Amino acid sequence: MADKPMAQQAAQAVPSGGAVRRASLSVHIMRFRELGLLGFVVLLALLVQWRNPSFLTLENINDLLRNAAILSILALGMMLVIVTRGIDLSIGATLALSGMITALTVSANPGMHPMAALLLGTAIGLACGSLLGWFVARLGILPIIATLGMMNVFRGLTFTISGGKWVSAHQMPDSFTGIATGSILGINTLIFIAIVAYAVFHYFVNHTRTGRQIYAVGSNPEAAVISGIPKERLLWLVYAIMGALSGLCGVLWVAKFASAQGDTAMGYELTVIAACVLGGVSIAGGVGKVSGVLVGSLLIGMLNNALPLLNVSPFWQTAIQGGIILLAVLANVWVKRSVDRNHLLRRRI
Amino acid sequence: MAEFVLELNGITKTFPGVKALDNVHFRLKPGEIHALMGENGAGKSTFIKIITGVYRPDEGDMLVNGRKVELKGPRHAAELGIAAIYQHVTCYPDLTVTENIFMGHERVEKGTRRLLWKEMHEEAQRLLDELGADFHSRMTMGALSVAQQQIVEIAKALSANAKIIIMDEPTAALTVRECEQLYAITERLRAGGASIIFISHRFEDMYRLADNVTVFRDGKYIGTWGVHDISNKDLIVAMVGREVTQLFPKKETQIGDEVLRVEGLGATGYFADINFSVRRGEIVGLTGLVGSGRSEVCQAIFGIGPRDRGKIYVEGREASIRRPADAMALGIGYLPEDRQKQGLILNWEIAGNITLPALRRLARMGWIRRKAEWSVAKMLAEKLGVKATGIFDLVGSLSGGNQQKVVVAKLLTSELKVLILDEPTKGVDVGAKSAIYEIIGELAAQGYGILLVSSEMPEVIGLSDRIVVMREGRITAILDRSEATQETILEAAMDDSTRETGASA
Repeated sequence: MADKPMAQQAAQAVPSGGAVRRASLSVHIMRFRELGLLGFVVLLALLVQWRNPSFLTLENINDLLRNAAILSILALGMMLVIVTRGIDLSIGATLALSGMITALTVSANPGMHPMAALLLGTAIGLACGSLLGWFVARLGILPIIATLGMMNVFRGLTFTISGGKWVSAHQMPDSFTGIATGSILGINTLIFIAIVAYAVFHYFVNHTRTGRQIYAVGSNPEAAVISGIPKERLLWLVYAIMGALSGLCGVLWVAKFASAQGDTAMGYELTVIAACVLGGVSIAGGVGKVSGVLVGSLLIGMLNNALPLLNVSPFWQTAIQGGIILLAVLANVWVKRSVDRNHLLRRRI
Repeated sequence: MAEFVLELNGITKTFPGVKALDNVHFRLKPGEIHALMGENGAGKSTFIKIITGVYRPDEGDMLVNGRKVELKGPRHAAELGIAAIYQHVTCYPDLTVTENIFMGHERVEKGTRRLLWKEMHEEAQRLLDELGADFHSRMTMGALSVAQQQIVEIAKALSANAKIIIMDEPTAALTVRECEQLYAITERLRAGGASIIFISHRFEDMYRLADNVTVFRDGKYIGTWGVHDISNKDLIVAMVGREVTQLFPKKETQIGDEVLRVEGLGATGYFADINFSVRRGEIVGLTGLVGSGRSEVCQAIFGIGPRDRGKIYVEGREASIRRPADAMALGIGYLPEDRQKQGLILNWEIAGNITLPALRRLARMGWIRRKAEWSVAKMLAEKLGVKATGIFDLVGSLSGGNQQKVVVAKLLTSELKVLILDEPTKGVDVGAKSAIYEIIGELAAQGYGILLVSSEMPEVIGLSDRIVVMREGRITAILDRSEATQETILEAAMDDSTRETGASA
């Protein structure tokens, strides 16, 4: 027998007066959360524009986006990792390793196609991420410990491979540095790659089975196992994706700054995590949206861009950045609380 | 069609150190509701996990529709039409209702494998409407009440087209009215051709629904009977292995002066105009449907929850209670509803748990006097009859009933006058229940004033001297022991619209 008649019969058991309450409050809160953050970004932009009119020029915005592109791509991968209740501290090191190997390869073979360089970097990152995923998913090592350990391993490898030396601009062919300065369809390549990454992630996260199951694992790992979701494989996948993106960004980073160093992107993982948290990704797992991560990355990118324009002393810039990040998070909490409070007042007793 | 849709023979499952199931049998006929009963730790949960493919048995066969199967995993069980609604709802609180319903069997477009959101939302809403749910399929699961989440779990089983549905203590967290709703849904599922295994501690559930009952005890199969072929008493003997003589041992107590009084207590959005009092040696039952504000009132009195109006008097003097420490200093103790989360530290030993609230008194210059601590713990554990090898057993290794005794022991380390007990027998089996009732009666006899919060009607009626009934945040009746019956309480607890559904059965 099909499930239909069964359910229909079940229906007669209780008066079906329900389904009147259509729109749900929680849905509104979630929408409001991102709107609040976006409002904060707009407000900040207007404020900076008022102090320095060169902020909202096409040139500066292009500059801002180009600088935020790498951060925003990494934040996508980090979002998935955090959604599964994990964290990846190794991405700065993975990025440096892939950047260094790619730079060395390119300087040895100047005729190499830029696309091949991108693929090489991504492959290195994928290998690093898969190894990490194996540690976390198969061996069950806590993500913070596994990634902390591998961070040091990857960083050490970078120094060993380069012999402690830099690969600088004059060793790289123009075709390679062109990755960061060139454009596709009139859009800067870095920005173009970020846009593609966001489009792919949006589809992956919202419209594929695997994407949703990653959220299920983060929301309730035990239930996921009971309902037959391949938790281990998904964890593995998440770290592999993170690694691949770090590898890709390694190439972009080296091309952009035209130099590969042993200490490239040291500590950058914390900026990426900050962008995710700003964008509403919950460290407790299960919650995080592609649009939120985009706004979070843009906010950090904006701070990086705007503070020098305001002639803020470089010594103060980091402190101010931290303060604004805390402020944005506090504002989010405050908005959520007042919404909850209004909800209580409306309840009839 | 085979004679049995599900048949398990000689199932044995061993975990390191414990034999969870020992040569267990079970047979489920098509279209029957089969109750599975047994005390906590009898092996019911392990048994379910074997049927649903989470665990693999060490020995024994499983037959579905007469054919022998060896489950490869939970997904395999789902493909065979087996679905389980677990004791602790296994939902994804951050995802929408629709996703919860379709998780594991999502609808995807052929070829592209893109998720068909619109179709799933519509199908989910249709299932919910048919089950009489009053919420929307796009809502976040975490925003729903336990009863609503259970409806989602049932919708999930329906959407997976399950033919064998296992319900693991679905009524444990539900109120009377919600139970009735669940009974009705369960019966309709059976009428639709599903076979159901219904696990519960409540005899009422069994009598209302089941055709047959199977009892497990200590991982062993005890027997299967027709529900009406076995007396209540024999069933208890089968489950507990001994006779439980008297479920509600009412001691004669000397009721003394008033120890606690609340006047006009209110908290915006939760409750309003709460007035009642508790006297020395008196047990006052506080009952009502879940969501009526019972627990919130207790938490406000104890200083955990919000309160913005009204006064609390302890022994006639107005008390200012802002935090639990204030309440405890005044002699009020609170036994939380969720003992595992709020009452105990599971990976600590019994002794450490018991003396936790009294460490200040047991310490000298910041150093804990271990011997004094252990003697206090030992004395209280013995007094309450905690069953363990010693006071150094981990609390997490005890059964539900014994864990509850440890929480009560914690309360008794302080000099208290009023005990607030929030659902003291929730998730506790029959044998341990009567032990806890005995303890409550004894505490009253010793002169404690007791405020007993409970959803279980027989418990409230059997133990209380007076019963306060709440509905939607207000007190609707205060009944004397002599006038309290199931009917009078229900009438006060339900408003006109809910009374129709709840009391008609």
